[in-house]
Amino acid sequence: MAHRTYVRVFAIFDESGEVSPMSLQLRGRTYAIDRVLAKRYAFATKAGGQGMRYTIRIGEQQTYLFQDEHQRWFVEEKEHVQ
Amino acid sequence: MRTILHSDCNSFYASVECASDPNLRGKAVAVCGDPKERHGIILAKSDPAKKCGVRTGETIGSALEKCPNLILLPPDGEKYVHYSRRMRAMYAEYTSQVEPFGLDESWLDVSDHPRSGMQIASELRRRARDELGITISVGVSFNKVFAKLGSDLHKPDATTLITPQNYQKKIWPLPAEELLFIGRSTARRLHEYGLRTIGDIARSGPDTLHTLLGKNGDLLYQYASGRDDAPVLSLLRESDVKSISNSTTPAFDITDEADARRILYLLCDSVAERMREQELRCRTVAVWLRDTNLVSWERQMQLPAASDLAAELVHASLTLLRQGWDMRRPLRSLGVRGCDLVSSRADTQLTVLPDRRPLRQAALETAIDGIHARFGRASLRRCVMLSSSKAVHADTCQGLSAANMSAIHGHV
Repeated sequence: MAHRTYVRVFAIFDESGEVSPMSLQLRGRTYAIDRVLAKRYAFATKAGGQGMRYTIRIGEQQTYLFQDEHQRWFVEEKEHVQ
Repeated sequence: MRTILHSDCNSFYASVECASDPNLRGKAVAVCGDPKERHGIILAKSDPAKKCGVRTGETIGSALEKCPNLILLPPDGEKYVHYSRRMRAMYAEYTSQVEPFGLDESWLDVSDHPRSGMQIASELRRRARDELGITISVGVSFNKVFAKLGSDLHKPDATTLITPQNYQKKIWPLPAEELLFIGRSTARRLHEYGLRTIGDIARSGPDTLHTLLGKNGDLLYQYASGRDDAPVLSLLRESDVKSISNSTTPAFDITDEADARRILYLLCDSVAERMREQELRCRTVAVWLRDTNLVSWERQMQLPAASDLAAELVHASLTLLRQGWDMRRPLRSLGVRGCDLVSSRADTQLTVLPDRRPLRQAALETAIDGIHARFGRASLRRCVMLSSSKAVHADTCQGLSAANMSAIHGHV
């Protein structure tokens, strides 16, 4: 099972209002987003909810970054069993 | 020939809840009124709950008996409105003629679209799953009535095509009460004359139906025989909201005009304020009354000109109250509804000798809206509220909070 983890995002808003996330901060660590591979509205299949979904690449890893209807950003994280 | 789609979001409230919380998926879930108050009812249920026999409209107690593991959730209106808006935005990519029917259903006229109705229906279904995580059933047909019946035939996540060639096979065997606008009493009437299916209605001919049910009979005959030519109303031209209303059941029974008046003032204030907020004016005002035996009735009248002013609504509602109530029967509830809405940005009819009073009243009421927005409702009240011997104000004001307000969306 996965859940939504809300994150802090640093983004650039260009002249046309287009948003490009540049990096995200998760548990105090900043991850630079190397590339946005795709952007479309989508359902967060693992954690539930929906929003504008950015397919991003951080280093070698590809993941999804969502922006929900309240303009908050979240990633889907696996629940860790202690 | 037209191509009309009717899209119906399956178990809408429950599906939205399951889409937003993965822990609920595959479980028996129901959205219902407050479970602490034992009189709450089931508003929507997930598929597993349905398989247990849980039905919409039944009490929580009876649902729990059938399905002890049922997860009960309170309704989250804001979330459902958000999903509904997303769906409508999606429909608007295919056509400007989108007519909502409640939050979870819409008609789309896609006659002018280069792709076929079936292709669009499949794409909408895929997108609803992929973008929102919910499923829809789509009826594709040549009129609105058959499209709606089609969307009910196969559920969930299915497309049903009703054509001039197959409607007699697919639609006619359905029970008469499935047809739009057939309520319990009309159904009883039809049954008395042996008309049990939609096919029976169509075969009985227009004259029989007219003799039986008058104008409604003409309409039913048209619906059953596939001759419904009602257009899909365009979102761009028509206002989404059909009426703005507010009603309340105070803590005491209303026995005299003074109390009724105070409540009407409160109701009219809130209805007018909401109309101004949505830039709408009403041409018709209706007052709804319910007595202590739970018998309700309504009186309505047209205004000389469309209005969004509480003063004019109060004037009309008081006239209606006097027409509709003789004060011998104590009232349990009262409601005010503004309908026949027009945009307040539309052109208004001017009179030869302009009466400045409505302009001054408008300025006054807008100023009151501003004070309420800045300092809260309690900051400015009507004098009439101070004279009440009963606790009209405190109780009723609470009863008139946003939760109790209703805007009726969609067209009937």
